[in-house]
Amino acid sequence: MAVAVATNETILVVGGGISGMTAALEAAECGKDVVLVEKNPSVGGRVSQLYKYFPKLCHPTCGMEINLRRLRAQKRIRVLTLAEVQSISGKAGDYTAVVKLKARYVNDNCTACGECEKAVSAEIPNPYNYGLNKMKAAYLPFNMAYPQRYVLDPSIIGTPDADKALAACKYNAIDLGMKGEVINLKVGAIVWATGWRPYDAAKIQPYGYDRYKNVITSVEFERLMDPFGPTGGKLIRPSDGKEAKNVAFIQCAGSRDRNHLKHCSRICCMASLKQSTYVSEKFGDNARSTIYYIDIRAIDRFEDFYKKVQADPKVKFIKSKVANITEDQASGNPILHGVDTEGYHRYDNPHDLVVLAIGMEPNVDAGKIMPGVAADVSGFIDIHATTEAVFGAGCASNALDVNRSVQSATAASLRAIQVINRVSRAEA
Amino acid sequence: MADMKIGAYICKGCGIGERLNTTQLVNIATKEGKAAIAREHEFLCNAGGVDMIKQDIEKEGVNHIVIAACSRRAKVETFNFENVALNRTNLREGVIWVTPADDDKKEIVQEMAADYVRMGCAEVKKMEVPQANPAHGNNRRILVVGGGISGMTAAIEAANTGYDVLLVEKTGSLGGMAAKLAKRVPFREPYSDPVDTGIAALIEKIEGEKHIKLFLNSTISKTSGAPGQFSVDISTESGTTATENVGAIVMASGFTPYDANKLPHLGFGKSKDVVDQAGLELLAKGANGGAIKRPSDGKEVKSVVFVQCAGQRSDKEGELSYCSGHCCNTSIKQAMYFKNANPDIDTNIIYTDLRTPGNGEDFYRSAQKKGVNFTKGVVSEVEAGNGALEVKFNDKILNEDAVAKADLVVLATGMVANSGVDIDAVKQDEPGQWAQSKVSVLNMVYRQGKDLPLLKNGFNDSHFICFPYETRRTGIYSCGPVRRPMDMAQAIEDATGAALKVIQAVENAALGRAAHPRSGDLSFPSVRMEGCTQCKRCTVECPFGAIDEDEKRYPVINESRCRRCGTCMGACPVRVISFENYSVDTVGYQVKAVDIPDQFSEKPRILVLACENDAYPALDMAAMNRIQYSAFVRVIPVRCLGSVNTIWISDALSSGYDGVMLMGCQKGENYQCHFVKGSELAHARMSKIDDTLKGMSLEVERVQTHEVAITDIQRAPALINQMAETIQKIGLSPLKF
Repeated sequence: MAVAVATNETILVVGGGISGMTAALEAAECGKDVVLVEKNPSVGGRVSQLYKYFPKLCHPTCGMEINLRRLRAQKRIRVLTLAEVQSISGKAGDYTAVVKLKARYVNDNCTACGECEKAVSAEIPNPYNYGLNKMKAAYLPFNMAYPQRYVLDPSIIGTPDADKALAACKYNAIDLGMKGEVINLKVGAIVWATGWRPYDAAKIQPYGYDRYKNVITSVEFERLMDPFGPTGGKLIRPSDGKEAKNVAFIQCAGSRDRNHLKHCSRICCMASLKQSTYVSEKFGDNARSTIYYIDIRAIDRFEDFYKKVQADPKVKFIKSKVANITEDQASGNPILHGVDTEGYHRYDNPHDLVVLAIGMEPNVDAGKIMPGVAADVSGFIDIHATTEAVFGAGCASNALDVNRSVQSATAASLRAIQVINRVSRAEA
Repeated sequence: MADMKIGAYICKGCGIGERLNTTQLVNIATKEGKAAIAREHEFLCNAGGVDMIKQDIEKEGVNHIVIAACSRRAKVETFNFENVALNRTNLREGVIWVTPADDDKKEIVQEMAADYVRMGCAEVKKMEVPQANPAHGNNRRILVVGGGISGMTAAIEAANTGYDVLLVEKTGSLGGMAAKLAKRVPFREPYSDPVDTGIAALIEKIEGEKHIKLFLNSTISKTSGAPGQFSVDISTESGTTATENVGAIVMASGFTPYDANKLPHLGFGKSKDVVDQAGLELLAKGANGGAIKRPSDGKEVKSVVFVQCAGQRSDKEGELSYCSGHCCNTSIKQAMYFKNANPDIDTNIIYTDLRTPGNGEDFYRSAQKKGVNFTKGVVSEVEAGNGALEVKFNDKILNEDAVAKADLVVLATGMVANSGVDIDAVKQDEPGQWAQSKVSVLNMVYRQGKDLPLLKNGFNDSHFICFPYETRRTGIYSCGPVRRPMDMAQAIEDATGAALKVIQAVENAALGRAAHPRSGDLSFPSVRMEGCTQCKRCTVECPFGAIDEDEKRYPVINESRCRRCGTCMGACPVRVISFENYSVDTVGYQVKAVDIPDQFSEKPRILVLACENDAYPALDMAAMNRIQYSAFVRVIPVRCLGSVNTIWISDALSSGYDGVMLMGCQKGENYQCHFVKGSELAHARMSKIDDTLKGMSLEVERVQTHEVAITDIQRAPALINQMAETIQKIGLSPLKF
């Protein structure tokens, strides 16, 4: 297993999404040593699961390719995947991070030839597609996964499938005896970039995410557009595979709500505007998107994009907090109930599919990172209260879009470098 | 460098050995590719294989290496050797994974592999190991232009990292717009009330910081040079000029509030009691926590209406089309100035969409709790009535026209970037005729103009979502509201990020290496001047303004500004520009290395020049998913479609290729090219190739240019197959020998 040499002049970056990758790369390209720790088997994070970015409608994997090329060429960064930070102790310039490494059961001999995948028969839910489909238990997490190395799911270890995978590998890349381990990393500064997770949609009871098949979340909707996603790129709804031509987007699903997330998650308005273009892209004149909103928060230059979507007659805007959803049992259509506040009309609108513009909550409650790291009421890292050298970056520190996450990560990277430079000056 | 010695290594792993006759490939590498050493290996990327190569480097003096195995995107860290020229010949993703294993296809698949080995040897023969730019500078001082919150933050952060900073401010004092605020919007919990701006403390810190040299009442009258070696003239109003050398520059020239005089229908200029947000800050500062008085008669304000989006988010001529992002929170803050002084004052914010992202939502709730009134509506007019102003608006909730009376009206106008000269809109100075501009912020002595190129609406933000600091002028980074409308909290983050980027720029420059997106690349372009015809295409088309002109119109390449895309190389009609490891020859010789079967073979040859960042990975991923495409194609990755020199195309056609395809990224308004115009330039250049084709008596369909995204994993192979069908239809090229 990878041995990470780290010193008090090393920066630890926790999280390998776009913020963590950015923080690590920017620091390394300033000449600093970095250990990048990612809990999943591949770096890339949540943006790698998006079909397109707003407002340019370009593909996140394009930027990821650039970042991966930087990463592959960068000798100052060590990437540890399937690795999670368990605890941090110490002080600025002298931290010890306890990192738990899970077994991958595949070593770096792996050529990603794919023979093990062919050999095994067990299937597991595919986390890259939010569990919307299944994949083999010997898998490459996705097309652009880095490291480009297979993973054996622990569930097949000890079963005949594991032996089949072993037998299929010609390169001694499978090591069924691989054990997880716990390592201590001595580092000088830490960038905490563990990102966000979608708020648990099932908690928003009136919307019936847990009861109605045709109510899905915005992150799941992204996966439907991927030609290699769970539907092969078809915009079809879960209940009956019918094309979802008439789609409702419900804004502030979980956000701006005292019962759920108090904050505004910032990205959801733009995400729904963007996703309405997916519907139009797929179905042309037959597409119908309806966006139920409180305020459309197309901030600063995103306004252009909002105007462009507003000009599309296939997209309708209703100012309303949807009260609840019922289901028409015969058709499987979700029916949205509420009051249009512009003119106070009641509505009961059926749609093929409902997409909840789901709110953003931090993946890790900042209050639990280590004593001295302060969390705000939503669990985001309060970057202003953190006096120790643990710097929040990206969506671990605030509800941010990609562009602002990268800015935040670049700033956090500099703050970490300042600590490292202080350490090296003190030791010089 | 020692004499060239080529080592070619053919991997047999991942099925290559089963599908291909690797012994034949070894022979080709030796006989045709002139490899001094050519070896097969069962599993080249394992320790044994890598060690074998290392031994040959150390003991046999191999210095040019062909790894014929998997894609250049795989096993990069494994095949990473110091000081050798390296080619990755793609037999796995490029051949066996995209072709059928059928026996009757064996011959054409083997031919494909053989050609790739020939091409690999041909490329590596023309490559040299980049030696870094010898003309690099190593000045590590940072210049920050603008002494507002963004500039001060960039300066203090750079100084805190251990770098010397020159901070230049146009006015007589630091602080900028932020210093004019009574208080700021809270940026951390509790998000309940306006908080101190912190500006005084920051100014004090800057004035006491020995790493920061301060220039007040000063502007930049001239900027020349390149990262690591900029020379800047800092001039004072009184006419004195100091010339300083710096390594990199932060442009933090901030914003100017939109001129509210352009909004007479909202009463500005007609009544003194209609102010903009900056005007209200002035009143609040004057009140110093006490009652705010209205300008016209000094009467205490008892009711105030805030008009959001005044002259912004507008389609009207002369108004701003964008949202300035901060104004909702700012009006909430200003409403609290009143409510906190006296809860009985009526405060009404008339808005269309209230935009308080993140924890701004808490601040919004706090205002509601304090009794600030929020009305969804659109204001049409503000009129001076009897002793009070009348705000006429359409109430969007009640769907009716209404009037609100107020002692004071605050217009939430937008931010206009202080971005200097729009270089695309003005004529550039002739070489030798450069003159300072009063409008310009940086007064750059660059062939392509005096300031940073603008994006939209006068801001010079990066065009790229993943890379907000992807500047088009290497070593110069803008931050704060000149880049994009933003509030103070964001400006501070942005400026801190920009401080990292300038530090990175000086460190890169000192090592003679490229900045993002080809981070660390040591190659740089050189011009064979004796062949240059002074056509100026390179100086005009360089996306990064790296190439100036001397007085005789010869190009002057500023290597440290270069981002190594090769656009200049693609532009040059006489082919005198090249990089050590990427040149007209490294690609041209690959094109020529392909074995062209005769006209009666029924084996067409199609050349694909693919952008290495999008099209090439898309084809790789097609291979990973075993999506097949014609075995008649030969794919060459290029740094950017902009680097494609048309000689490659005419050479290919005249040597008997049947078709040529260019695959680059999306062009146009939402272009995805990280070298800005590469794809667009290629499309433009190719649109002129029809005449060449006709001159050669070839059909125009033989050359095609496509926009291919990295996600076109199914489409890219389909495009190739369509081309193969087209060739079948129109027949093989008559130009085969």
